[in-house]
Amino acid sequence: MEAFFWVVAIPATVSAVGVVMMRDTVYSALLLVVHLLAVAVLFVLLNAQLIAAVQVVVYAGAIMVLFLFVIMMLGLGRGEGVKEKLPLQRPVALLFGGAMAILLGVVMSQTTIQPVAGALTPGDVLAMGGNTQVVGRLLFSDYLLAFEVTSILLLVAIIGAVVLAKRRL
Amino acid sequence: MPEDYLPILIYFLIAVGFALAGIATSHLLSFLFVRRRAAKDKLIPYESGMLPQGPARRRFHVQFYLVAVLFILFDIEIVFLFPWAVVFRELQILGLIEMGLFILVLFLGLIYVWKKGALEWE
Repeated sequence: MEAFFWVVAIPATVSAVGVVMMRDTVYSALLLVVHLLAVAVLFVLLNAQLIAAVQVVVYAGAIMVLFLFVIMMLGLGRGEGVKEKLPLQRPVALLFGGAMAILLGVVMSQTTIQPVAGALTPGDVLAMGGNTQVVGRLLFSDYLLAFEVTSILLLVAIIGAVVLAKRRL
Repeated sequence: MPEDYLPILIYFLIAVGFALAGIATSHLLSFLFVRRRAAKDKLIPYESGMLPQGPARRRFHVQFYLVAVLFILFDIEIVFLFPWAVVFRELQILGLIEMGLFILVLFLGLIYVWKKGALEWE
């Protein structure tokens, strides 16, 4: 299991770097699909099967379609439209990115990260019927308010999308 | 348990292997048997049929974007149905009411979209 984490984590990181390195925005979008699928596998390794499925259905499916439509709508082809307006952008980004990496490296070498134990172990979840069942039970009891508020949030998003993107209301 | 997902991993490896094997075989066969001779007709996209007009990367209409956004939002609605469906019997009538409220609010959204004609092509 531990070894398999690296088998997934390395492609996830490489594809994430590829997303920002590619000049062709469509290639970036396709690499983002690879990254999102790799993250879905990481969720499976964490015993979060429902989130993994949602990651594939919503992110790798629906949100990628939206991204591709935005790329097509803006007509971003091979690197056109990506003219850098700030001349010092790259060196400054390298400087601050490097500083952040050093900072994170120091923090990680100085501290040991302890996993936070949740209320349920993977064995408990399995005994209760499985990941999706446990999420379902919690969502429709303890987190009912959040769930119902989500519907309002989605309604607002629907109205917002129509108001913004529709030419004639 | 993550181990239960082994069939999906095997399926994925077979899918990737199938694609790679197809490409490799095609290259190998053409390397072994095809006489390479330059010809103009070999470089056109379709051997017979219409020649493509203009670049493939053209701007999409903003209306596609609206459809994509609405698709995502109703997709998220569907995602909430999965955890509900697996514990539907345990939740009994209360679960039906809870999900009914959720669907009702989004159904209002659907009516709004419909009435505004956002699903129509202008």
